Order: sequence, then C-alpha cells, then structure tokens
Amino acid sequence: MNLAAFLFRRLWQMIPTMLGVVLLVFLLFNWVGGDPAYVLAGKMANPDDIANIRHQLGVDRPLWEQLLIFVRQIVTGDFGNSWATREPVSEIFRTRLGPSLVLLVPMLVLETFVAIVVALAVAALRGSVLDRTLMVTSTVMMSISLLIYIIVGQYVFASLLGWFPVKGWSDHLWRNLTTYAVLPILLGLMVSVAPSVRLYRTFILDEVGQDYVRTARAKGLSERRILLVHVLRNAAIPIVTNVLMGLPALLTGAFLLERFFAIPGIGREIIMAVERSDFPIIKAATVYVAMATLLANLLGDLLYRALDPRVHFE
Amino acid sequence: MSAMTPEPSAGLWTLAWRRLQRDRVGMTALIVVGCYLLVVLLALMGWVATDWTREVGVNYAPPVFMADDQDETAQPSRVEQGPSGPIPLYGLQDPLAAELAAIRARHPGAQVFTEAPRRLSLPLGGDKWGHDVLTKVIKGSETSILVGLVAAVLATLLGTVMGAVAGYFGRWMDDALNWLYGVFTAIPYLLLVFAIAAVLQQKGVVTLVLILGLTGWTGVFRLVRAEYLKHKTREYVLAAGAMGASHARRMFIHILPNTSHVILVQLSQNVVGFIKSEVILSFLGFGVPVDVVSWGSMLNEAQNELILGKWWQLAAAGVAMAILVTAFSMLTDALRDALDPKLRY
Repeated sequence: MNLAAFLFRRLWQMIPTMLGVVLLVFLLFNWVGGDPAYVLAGKMANPDDIANIRHQLGVDRPLWEQLLIFVRQIVTGDFGNSWATREPVSEIFRTRLGPSLVLLVPMLVLETFVAIVVALAVAALRGSVLDRTLMVTSTVMMSISLLIYIIVGQYVFASLLGWFPVKGWSDHLWRNLTTYAVLPILLGLMVSVAPSVRLYRTFILDEVGQDYVRTARAKGLSERRILLVHVLRNAAIPIVTNVLMGLPALLTGAFLLERFFAIPGIGREIIMAVERSDFPIIKAATVYVAMATLLANLLGDLLYRALDPRVHFE
Repeated sequence: MSAMTPEPSAGLWTLAWRRLQRDRVGMTALIVVGCYLLVVLLALMGWVATDWTREVGVNYAPPVFMADDQDETAQPSRVEQGPSGPIPLYGLQDPLAAELAAIRARHPGAQVFTEAPRRLSLPLGGDKWGHDVLTKVIKGSETSILVGLVAAVLATLLGTVMGAVAGYFGRWMDDALNWLYGVFTAIPYLLLVFAIAAVLQQKGVVTLVLILGLTGWTGVFRLVRAEYLKHKTREYVLAAGAMGASHARRMFIHILPNTSHVILVQLSQNVVGFIKSEVILSFLGFGVPVDVVSWGSMLNEAQNELILGKWWQLAAAGVAMAILVTAFSMLTDALRDALDPKLRY
C-alpha cells in the first residue's frame, strides 16, 4: 500500500474518534454542566436576563440543535466570544499560539537531545556506580512535583539571584527566547528529562543485547561507533514514537510554566478560563488539542515507518 | 506418611513475596509507604493531627530549630495580650452597656472566649495564620493519599471491568470500548480533568475522586484487555466453559486471578499519578475546597510565603510528597520485577 492510501485510511479512522471527542465535550458542557446562563448572569440575575442569555447561547433549543451549533462552531472555527473578556475565541487562540510554541518547541528539542545523550552515556557505562547513581537520581527527580521546581526555581534564580526576569514577555521572538523563556524551559527540562532518560536507556539496552552488536564487535568496530551508529539507529525507532507520545505531558507542563511566568500562551488562557468558567474557550481548546494529539500520533506512525524499513504501510 | 506427600509448590504470590523480600530497595520503599499509610490511618481515626485549623502559634512562627531568629514583624503582641481585662472608661458611660447586659441575660451560661497564648515557635513552623505546619502536613498527607488511593481503586476497577468485557467478548463490545478508549486518550489527561473541573461547579473531595477516577481508567483498560484476549482461548478457560461455568464466572473467577499482577502494578502506578494530579489541581484551586488541606493547597499558600522568606511550609509539603512519590514509584518497580520477572521495564 502506498503512502497516500495509508494516510487517507488513517485520517478516515480518525473521524469516529474525533466525533466521540466532540460528543464527550458537548455532553460535558451542555448536559452535565447544567445551565450556563446562571453562571453568566451572575448573582443579581433576574428572569428576563437569564431568558435573554439562554436565547443568545442557544441553550433554550433542543439538545440535538445545540449539538449542531457546536459542530458548526468547530468546523468554522468560530466559537463566538469569550464570556469573560468578549474577545473572539478564534482571536485568542491565534494570538496565544505563538508564545506557547516559543516555549514548547525548544523544550521538545532540548529534552530529546539531552535525554538521548545522557541515556547513551549511562547505557555505555551500564552496571557501573555512575549508572546506578544516575538512575536513582532520576527517580528522585521525577518524584518531585513540577510545582516545587517552578516555585523554588523562580524564587532562587529570578527573585533572589536575579539571573532571569521573574516573569514577563515581549513582542520580539529573539528577546523572548533569550531572556523570558530561558528559566521556564530549564525548569520544564528538570522534570521531563528524567523519565525519558530511564526509558531511552532501556530501549538502548534492549538493542545492545542483539546479535548484530556482537557481530559488530567481532569485526572490530569501536564501542563508540557501535553505540552511536548501529545501536542508536535501531533504538531511534521506539525513541521517536515515545517523543511524540510524550507531547501531551509536555503540553500540560507548559500550561503550568505559562501560568507561573505570565507567558501569554494557550495554557495560561485555559487555566484562566477554568477559573472564570469561560466555557467557549475550554470547549474550543479541548476539541482542537484533541485534534492536534491525533495528528501528532499519525505523524509518529509515519516517522516510525520511515525509520524502520521492515514496517510496510498496510 | 507425611514424608510421602510432596511439598506443595509455592504459588505466584508466595514466589513474588520472596522475590520482593530479596529486593532491598523494594522492601525499603514498602516500609516507607507503610509508614505513610499508618499516619493516614491514625489521622483518619482522629488520634493525631485532630484540628489543623487551630491557630496555635504566632503568625509565621518559625520552626523550633531556628526559634532564635524570631521575626519582629510576626506580631508578638498577640501573644502578650492574653485575655482582655476590663477596659478603662475614663469616666464615660459605656454606650453598649444596656445591650451587653441584655445579651448576657439571654445566654446565662455563655463563657467569654479567651485565646490561649500562642507559641513563638512550632515543631515545623507555622503558616500565615499560625496554624501548625506539622499538623497541616499530616492532614494534607491524609487528604492527598486518600484521594490518590480511592481514585486509583475506582479507576482500576473501571478499567478492569471494561478491559475484561472488551477482551473477553470481543466483536462489537470490543469495538465500542476501544472507541471510548480512543476518545479518552485523544484529549490530554490534564486538559480533560480541567474541563470536568470547570463544568462541575461544586468543589469537594468526592468530586475530585470522581474526576480522577472516571478519567484515569485508560491505562488499566489497555493492559487488562490485552491479557483477556490472550487468556480467553487458553485451555483452562475452555475447560471451565465446558464444565458449564458462566461467562461472568470464567471472566472473574478463572481469568481475573491470572491478570491480577498486571492490575496490581497498574493500581500502584495510578496512585502516584493521581496524587500528582491532585496536587496540581488543588494548587490551582480546582481541587479540594478551602476548608480541606492537601499538599496542593499547602504549596499554593507556600508560594506566597516563600517570597517573604518563610520557606518551612513549602519544605514540609514538598519533602513529604517527594518521599512518598519516590517510595511509591520504587515500590511499583519492585512489584513489577517481583510479579513478572520476564519483564525488563
């Protein structure tokens, strides 16, 4: 089967899952959540106001009609205005995506790079004291909540030592990357690198036990060449899958970092929306992030197949 | 005669227990987790940390080991005050005397509340209002661990039943449940939890357990389903069917014990995951209500205290959580090694 047919089939299979996500979000907000008019109208609501708001939101219509409205909102990308700030939801997502990416992309790249390098190093020294110390350290590092890293890191490196700004953001990409995003990215790495190192180490060790490694040794290749060329090429297959599978976790970490460092990204917007019961933003975010997750999974599958010639598109 | 009967061979659990006992790290982790559970139990019974809301110390009372650097801004005057005596009236008529007399007449047995003198330092220090941080940490551990445990049991139960049904019956049931699995895993976990927290307006420990439990079943589902797919065609299950065992009996009496090691490891992993989630949710204010203390709500308070240099609440909650999570993760690894020696990671 060729690539186009494979892509088409996978996208086709995504439709029922996506419909399920839409249905889940819809049921959650329009059925479980009860009447949002009372949230919107506030404490001093009179019946007229509530009826008016209900009509504007369309919640006075039957459920199936509300579902149609929701589907139309998703397809057109027009979720109306934020309940809290009256800013169009599409506008919010468009302007907040940039800062989120400035944080996420370097985190993803650095995390993958650092984790692979450390995992290769500990795999080369497997069984040694350094290996075991690093493994115990990574378990302990994983156990400390991201919150602690952020609170202590922000206090020590920004407030106390003044090496970085405590919080803030600018309009210039370069300035953001070199000043404002540095500390958040480093703190995010503190948490995300440790589990990856542990996992990649097992991937690499699985390969080290294979026959081809023995063959490579037998024909006199250096240990370094075996690890960096032969083993890494094979271990890259599960690693790549894992990097993409780890994206949602990285995303939630970025949510918290954005909030603490006042980075005007999507995560901070979502947390604020939950605080203010700003339903349109949460609904839009859930649906679109789910869509992005599914596409990331598909991309992972494609890369997996590209890296492993034994796997065919079927 | 007794020499003739062969010694019964050790079962899975006995063997696993023996392997675990040989694992020094695993045993240490088990003891640490056991200590935490004991403290939770004692706090539940009301034997320790009975009332964390009592303001026993001065504001921001330092821990005893650094009681010397008492902060002057910590309002020591509130300690000196003690019960208030009669107020000098300087020859003026007390304007409220009549009302006061009427109130006293209406409640003849009422006592005048006098505040006990507050302590200048507390074992692990005090917070903004002078609550004892040690008591708060114990109460917070109780909340966080109980939420994690109960939610994990709920999620594991859900995942096991759904996984068993999907794997055992297959066909359209498998398709339907797999679809549900796909839907739940398409939304990043914390985002889904946020969405539910936003919709459910009432905050509470039960709500929190439900949110975590109803969203966290996916990992158990996937593994249990795979186990049931493998086991349902094994001879022992077919034999049970031939002897007339019902589907439910085959699923839960015959197959379930053979998948229990997978379930136990998942349960243990879920506890750690849910404790972490609870802390994040409570920190952001979407978790426990204000009258309940948890590690997350403590960290939330501690964030502002740290800027004033009052680090003890942060340290107490952070260390308590880090030790438990480390021990629990190591215990999970040890359990996995002990129960399934073939598995490498």
